[in-house]
Amino acid sequence: MSAAVRIEPLDTPEALVAIVAARVAEGARLAALFVAGSSRRPMLTAAVAARAELALLTAPLEAAAYPALSPLVPAAAYYERAIHDLHGIAASGVVLNPLILPLPEGAERPRPGSGSSPAPVEPDEHTLPVHVTGEGTFTLPYGPVRSGVFETIEYLVENAGEEILHLWVRPFYKHRGVAKAFEHRTIDDGVLLAERVEGVASVAHAVAYCHAVETAAGIEVPQQGAWLRVLYAELERAANHLDVIVRLCEAAGLAVANARFAWHKERVLRLLAALTGSRFGRATVVPGGVAGAPQLAPSDAARRIGELAAAVSADVIELMRTESFLDRLWGTGVVTPEEARAHGALGPVGRGSAVAEDVRRTRAYGAYAWGAAPEPRLHHDGDAHARLRVRVGELEDALALASQAVDEARAGRGGVRVEVPEGVSGRACGWAEAPHGEVLYFIGLEDGRIHDCYPRSASFHNLPLLPAAFKGDVLTDFAFIEASFGLSPAGVVV
Amino acid sequence: MPWATRGLRVVTTGYPHTPDDYGGSFRAAVSPLPGARWEPDMAQVCPTGAITEHDGVPRLDHGRCIVCGRCVRRFPRAFRSDAAVETAALLRDALVVPPLRETDEALARVRAALARRVRRLRRSVHIRHVDAGSDGTEEWEIAALLNPVYDVHRLGIFFTASPRHADILLVTGAGSAGMLRPLRITVEATAAPFVVVACGTDAISGGLLGRGYATRGGVSEELAVDVWIPGSPPSPFSILHGLLLALGRFPKGGPA
Ligand code: SF4
Repeated sequence: MSAAVRIEPLDTPEALVAIVAARVAEGARLAALFVAGSSRRPMLTAAVAARAELALLTAPLEAAAYPALSPLVPAAAYYERAIHDLHGIAASGVVLNPLILPLPEGAERPRPGSGSSPAPVEPDEHTLPVHVTGEGTFTLPYGPVRSGVFETIEYLVENAGEEILHLWVRPFYKHRGVAKAFEHRTIDDGVLLAERVEGVASVAHAVAYCHAVETAAGIEVPQQGAWLRVLYAELERAANHLDVIVRLCEAAGLAVANARFAWHKERVLRLLAALTGSRFGRATVVPGGVAGAPQLAPSDAARRIGELAAAVSADVIELMRTESFLDRLWGTGVVTPEEARAHGALGPVGRGSAVAEDVRRTRAYGAYAWGAAPEPRLHHDGDAHARLRVRVGELEDALALASQAVDEARAGRGGVRVEVPEGVSGRACGWAEAPHGEVLYFIGLEDGRIHDCYPRSASFHNLPLLPAAFKGDVLTDFAFIEASFGLSPAGVVV
Repeated sequence: MPWATRGLRVVTTGYPHTPDDYGGSFRAAVSPLPGARWEPDMAQVCPTGAITEHDGVPRLDHGRCIVCGRCVRRFPRAFRSDAAVETAALLRDALVVPPLRETDEALARVRAALARRVRRLRRSVHIRHVDAGSDGTEEWEIAALLNPVYDVHRLGIFFTASPRHADILLVTGAGSAGMLRPLRITVEATAAPFVVVACGTDAISGGLLGRGYATRGGVSEELAVDVWIPGSPPSPFSILHGLLLALGRFPKGGPA
């Protein structure tokens, strides 16, 4: 598995920026840009994905600035803003509006990975740009405290009459300092924190984190454990896709469909609870495998998945025939295939715009490497409808795969877990295809403890595509576009 | 109208009037067993420091427990998983088992005071939810209260968009620094009397994040919390229990 990662140490950030830009121009995708930990000096790190390989380019940062990558690779823009927020290190030549942590000029930055122990911060909204709007236009704030039961996030919607002209996203309110919180923890405690980075994708984050630890330790998860991870991860995917469907139905005022899909989602969470003891599959994926055998007999699990798949599919067929509902989605919130490709869009957002990236296939890990990963569900329209079609297809695939995983786990050899050797040290990268798309973990271990950890969620990477998707859409489209992206704010502001 | 004919062939839970089988089928909490003896490794096994020693026996703080089950796996004769969903309490101290001090008298006082405040909320109650730095799971479990299984409308419980109409503030999350101001603004905009419910271990103590540069170890320093619902996240049943406790609709007042 680790063969898919290539480390390329470089001497200067200038070299790093030039090489990343050249690779992206050749068709590679920027997967992450961050400052990795080292007590002595921070390292600018870029992850560049090209087909089955992930290249990690690193360069020491000797100054408080580095040449901006975003003029050449626009997908780097939010990463540069996050780096500035957390480390006070600036990409020179570009405007760096605060994104995940607005602090006044000169304030101490938390600098995760540096070994610092930062004092409590006071986010300062005055450091955020004021959006002056023209005559006849208005800016409506949605959030941070929102109507309905939503995670905190703020949108500033500039509109003229009905039409939305521009959208600004302010996700900083729930920055929790998670990267810093990983430091000094044991490997075993780290996975519990990974589950809380983006809680609705607890399993995917735990798998990605463990994948990194297992790579550093040079161990391989046994068959049975690997298949159980697939089982839980696919049920999690089903729950998340159902959640998006519920929110779309809610936006459309489709009460019965809303209630029925909410019930299906509840059934998935109950099944996860029956298998793992937790409705979110928590405390289950552990370094080396999974914590134990499922608490539910395989035959019961298989039966329940089968019933669920039948019930879901009947309602999906009906939903995809409900014209009044689909009308709201057609042509709404378009991300063009060109935009998606240029940005390296992840998960259903990417696949709805013809970008086939799915790390279950491109860098297959665990049991997905044994031929289990489904064909990507690709659509080309890039609108909310295409994203819905991706999700309903994946919902079917996820339940089919969960069912296969039950059988394979029953037959699988080698137990559910191998021991992680004591005192593991080293740096490694791990990943998983969360319901939202590729999740990456970059960790540094020292003697069995976490020195530094940078988790990168698909929600963060895809965030810039959300404002870009408003192209002449009107205010009443807002709820549909937001729901169709399916971003989790907790995962955005790590 | 195809959707209309489909309807909802599902059974809404009878909880709290009748017990619900599902409610008792997963790990809702973890507790020390009676007669358990303290062992020095017990403190180390817990990732949040929920387990401490007290007169030679382990004491467990549900307000810090993230229900990872690690203590149960390691010391099966000292701790057990508890499926009982009625985990909420009216006093922070009442989340600690065995109790820190005699809480009965204090509990009676708190309950009486709360009853006076919620007296006018006979029929319908409006809840305002505020996320103050959650990991996103609490929002799923709160939203589940509206699904046909839990269907809290049958109990006269509604969610409102406006803090002015809110009777209950249901707050989640570890108390992220960025949410302190919006939280204060919401509280100021809420018409008294109202009840504050801290929903989840993160809201109670910060959970695994605890106190960090960006989290305040929960929301209780910002708000006068009336009802504490532990869990990471608490299940919809536990949240419902907490809400009913806030409304005085549970005569016994929750766990010891
Ligand atoms: S379940 Fe986990 S968090 Fe709770 S007391 Fe036991 S070890 Fe601590």
